Amino acid sequence: MNEPAIRIEGLVKTFGATTALAGVDLEVRRGSVLGLLGPNGSGKTTTVRVLSTLLRPDGGRATVLGHDVVAEAPAVRLRIGLTGQYAAVDDALSGVENLRLIGRLLDLSRRDARRRTDELIERFGLVEAAGRRVKTYSGGMRRRLDLAASLVGRPDVLFLDEPTTGLDPRHRNEVWEHVRALAAEGTTVLLTTQYLEEADQLAEDLVVLDRGEVIASGTPASLKADVGGQLLHVRPLHRADVGAVAALLGELTSETPAIDPTGELTLSGTPARLHRLGVRLEEDGVPLAELGLRLPSLDDVFLTLTGRHAEAGPATEEAA
Amino acid sequence: MTTTATVTVPTTVPEPPPRTAARHGPSTLRHGATLAWRGLVKTVHSPEALIDVTLQPVIFLLLFVYVFGGAIAGDTSAYLQFALPGVLVQTVIFASAGTGTGLADDLHTGIFDRFRSLPISRAAPLLGAIGADLARYATSGVIMLVFGTILGFRTSAGPPAIVAALLLVMAFAFALCWVFTALAMLVKDPRSVQGLGALISLPLTFGSNVFVPASTMPGWLQGWVDVNPVSKTADAVRGLLLGGPVAGPAGTALLWAAGITLVFAPIAVTLYRRRT
Repeated sequence: MNEPAIRIEGLVKTFGATTALAGVDLEVRRGSVLGLLGPNGSGKTTTVRVLSTLLRPDGGRATVLGHDVVAEAPAVRLRIGLTGQYAAVDDALSGVENLRLIGRLLDLSRRDARRRTDELIERFGLVEAAGRRVKTYSGGMRRRLDLAASLVGRPDVLFLDEPTTGLDPRHRNEVWEHVRALAAEGTTVLLTTQYLEEADQLAEDLVVLDRGEVIASGTPASLKADVGGQLLHVRPLHRADVGAVAALLGELTSETPAIDPTGELTLSGTPARLHRLGVRLEEDGVPLAELGLRLPSLDDVFLTLTGRHAEAGPATEEAA
Repeated sequence: MTTTATVTVPTTVPEPPPRTAARHGPSTLRHGATLAWRGLVKTVHSPEALIDVTLQPVIFLLLFVYVFGGAIAGDTSAYLQFALPGVLVQTVIFASAGTGTGLADDLHTGIFDRFRSLPISRAAPLLGAIGADLARYATSGVIMLVFGTILGFRTSAGPPAIVAALLLVMAFAFALCWVFTALAMLVKDPRSVQGLGALISLPLTFGSNVFVPASTMPGWLQGWVDVNPVSKTADAVRGLLLGGPVAGPAGTALLWAAGITLVFAPIAVTLYRRRT
């Protein structure tokens, strides 16, 4: 089967005067993990809501496993799982009751619903909290339960909308492990995130959205390569030296370095450049906090593509 | 839950074409029942959610009987006889306003997104919410009757008449819950739904003969009280519990309930579909 798991063609969605999606095209290969990357308001959540049949598109077409998300919504719903930005579990029910409820709604028999629930409770490390009301769960536990709830029906395609927003690093890693395991089992995953590291960690393919349009796509490595090879970065120990270092870099390379708010200067780099810069800074006696070559991060990619940093401030709700 | 289901079917599914209804009908009911189960488990887990249908009406009854009873009817026990059937109606009306708040809450938390991404009928969550609330209405009705009896309310009616009175009250609450559901779909914020709900339920219950006989009211108000379905329902419940005419007021009350349902159920379902 060459038919991609998800195919989107010219997808348009507007909310009043706001254009959330302005003609998005993308494909997700079967069994792959695609990271949909972009700042708040770029259209990530809207894309997921259209694909999971929660929103009707205003134009274009989207299919999931060959089924049109509008005309064949029930067929799509049979095959997908959705974990939204806000844990969609019932606070007043226990973890077990939440999962059994979903099982029953998926027409599992009581016995199968119970068995599937036990499996998932075990898998997501919720055994001890299984009988407790979700109200008493920590953020990480809720998120794991939410993920478990989206897996009750063994979906072939899983949508994760910012699955780790608001989680601390340890819980974020836990969720990542679960996503990797699912991908290893062959589940197609479409994951939205504003964390570049997350996309880098989990996704084989990336699509970068900005203001409802796809501005780049490819593997993390190819996107980084587009930015152009390695980057030379240097951060003087004292902020006062930034100007002098910038001038020196200009003199050595006749390029203007980018300077970020932490006082880090970057520009395209080669080992020879690194060496020459190191020698000169040594001679001038400028104390350094950092000096080196690195591969561009996805943030560099985003900055190159849009002229803005991708990492947003505190997460706010995307227009949906 | 089977009775709930049979009550609910004809009113909620007027929208989809018959083919779809026939194909999805049984599973819609099954999923609706499952979601009603969710509502009931929730209530059992957090009994504080039952306060509005238990403690609140009890306090209402105590206040009215002991604060106003003497002034209105001469003595409190005579007033209890007069007021209890009406307070029964009032209780379930308030409870049905709670249906709207609960739905608005659900729409708020994102759990509806999950339900809507499942291969179940879009009507099932709505049916579930209303199914669970019918059980709440019944609970509150029974509590009021029991508490009234403790305070000294005496009925001449046998069990069938008492059950009939409860069913009539629930039918009316069922009709009204569509109004509150429509409201919840229009005014998404749960707290505003609660406020607006009170704006509907207070004039409806106090502008009736529930607490005071209409004869003491100004003419224009009597005009309203006479047509107010709450008065008719209260009259029918009085007839059933205390003796007196039943068929007339009960017929009018049921017609009202059917009319309200016919108007507001399609509106609520349409708004719900648009919303979801």
